[in-house]
Amino acid sequence: METKKETKSHELIRRLKYNKSALFGLLIVFIIVLCALFANYIAPNDPNPSPPQLANKLKPGFWSEKGLEGTPLGTDGLGRCVLSRIIYGSRVSLSAGFVAVGIAMVLGITFGVIAGYYGGWIDSLIMRIVDIMFAFPALLLAIVIVAVIGTGLEKAMVAIGIVYTPQMARIIRSSVLYIKQMEYIEVQKAIGSSDWRIIFRHIIPNSIAPVIVYGTLMLATAILDCAALGFLGLGAQPPTPEWGAMLSNSYSYIMSGAWWAATFPGIAILFSVLGLNILGDGLRDILDPRLKT
Amino acid sequence: MKWYITKRILMLIPVLLGVSLLAFFLIHLAPGDPAITMAGEHASSQTIDAIRIKYGLDKPLPVQYGIWLKQALHGDMGRSIVSNDFVVREIMDRFPNTFELTVFAMIVAIIIGSIAGIVSASKQYSLLDYGTMGLALFGVSMPVFWLGIMLMMIFGVFLRWLPISGRINIAISFNRITGFYILDSILTGNFKALIDVLRHLILPAFALGTIPMATIARITRSSMLEVLRQDFIRTERAKGLSERVVIYKHAVRNALIPVITVIGLNFGLLLAGAILTETVFSWPGIGRYVVKAVGMRDYPAVQGCIMFFALMFVIVNLITDILYVYIDPRIKI
Repeated sequence: METKKETKSHELIRRLKYNKSALFGLLIVFIIVLCALFANYIAPNDPNPSPPQLANKLKPGFWSEKGLEGTPLGTDGLGRCVLSRIIYGSRVSLSAGFVAVGIAMVLGITFGVIAGYYGGWIDSLIMRIVDIMFAFPALLLAIVIVAVIGTGLEKAMVAIGIVYTPQMARIIRSSVLYIKQMEYIEVQKAIGSSDWRIIFRHIIPNSIAPVIVYGTLMLATAILDCAALGFLGLGAQPPTPEWGAMLSNSYSYIMSGAWWAATFPGIAILFSVLGLNILGDGLRDILDPRLKT
Repeated sequence: MKWYITKRILMLIPVLLGVSLLAFFLIHLAPGDPAITMAGEHASSQTIDAIRIKYGLDKPLPVQYGIWLKQALHGDMGRSIVSNDFVVREIMDRFPNTFELTVFAMIVAIIIGSIAGIVSASKQYSLLDYGTMGLALFGVSMPVFWLGIMLMMIFGVFLRWLPISGRINIAISFNRITGFYILDSILTGNFKALIDVLRHLILPAFALGTIPMATIARITRSSMLEVLRQDFIRTERAKGLSERVVIYKHAVRNALIPVITVIGLNFGLLLAGAILTETVFSWPGIGRYVVKAVGMRDYPAVQGCIMFFALMFVIVNLITDILYVYIDPRIKI
């Protein structure tokens, strides 16, 4: 068992090496993860200096002589270093994405396996609820959930996790339906294995490939949606250095020519989403060639 | 065909009922007494009691839902707590703005996206192909609100080519008839207003249209490549038809079929994107309305918007499915 697992992951690494764009995506994701892990060592300044350095507000960065020393990307409307806030923001965005996708995976696998494995009325019930949730654009549903449970970063993560659950449940259900009718499951049933054993030892491990692929792609949209909620003022609240909230706090300054405070957080969002999208596409090609578009 | 359409419409009923349950119970799922939530935290007990009776919150839940649903079916979603105006009227006032924005964005996305996809596929592995697909990859990963801000900054603030917010310059005289600005300015023959309205529309429409544009470009390309590999294309090339005729007359027509589904699916994304785009450009549409309503905890307004968005979304999906069957005779129903 142990050696078999090893060869599987070795194979994944070997095939990833030949997929240049996936490697590029992995590199971007790796850089962001490094930023998130070592933010306190990398960031040149405190993301939330106290007392606020209001005298330093809206200073340009390295491109201008009027810039301050030590703030390469300039300062925002409250005199905080934009670069440092972006670096700390990677922590917020990545963890928000992981939590949201984690919630979606746990709930999605639970409901998807129940629906697919047991079938019958419980399947119909779960799939009808999924249909209802699909009647909304994801962001709107997240906004609605936030309206119920309240605003804030943690609540935004939960809302996005719930919103992504039906998608995950559908993916799992369809692979469970496929695996359920395989011979080895029939064998398990014949030798009297319990449902639990079949589900945890055979069904879930065999339906995990699409979960990884869609999980990566979902991570990208989760980061995007979390930033969107932050931008709308429904997600992370100030002074949390969250990319979307940073954008919404500083885009009014572009009128006075201070473009940097609203530009760079957006680039950070763009590249994280891009990296995860490329990586997800690459993983899909490797793990599940049937899905290739 | 008729049976298929009827069946699809009938299937919408349980979904919409489910949505209405969700919209209705929204206010009851929120922590705390809904009457207090509606009245605000500092309201007096008399106000709270008045609200409880006014909205029928003193009755049992299933009865409340029955009353609410009956009113909703008659086009009455209650009054906004903030403005005390009818929610349905407020939504209908804003609908033309969101409609014009999303339709215009979709037109931009379809035209540019499909052309980019076709050109990319016909010159596969060329620099042009790589360039277009690279741009498309950026396009799919773009945060709509950031793109909106960037467009606003470049074309509105620095270059001063285009206006950055609102629907029309208030200095221009304009008669509202239907509420659809483009339609109204054409109906009244007011070309000065038409040009101004279109100028206001360009930036938001491009911001909103970019993601579907990129998706359409990618799908068109892969669908084109698939068609170009098929036997009938080889036959046509073999019999000496020019590359132009092969691609534009035969390949494109077959390649655009999957693109239609993508357009339908993207409409939902477009509605979500409209929420963000309208916020960036101060566009007086439903997206901005729902964000404000959530921020103010204006529950009747939120309920109205939920029903409205869900209705729009399922109708568009229905139209897409029906169109799909019409366009591709190979699909058996």
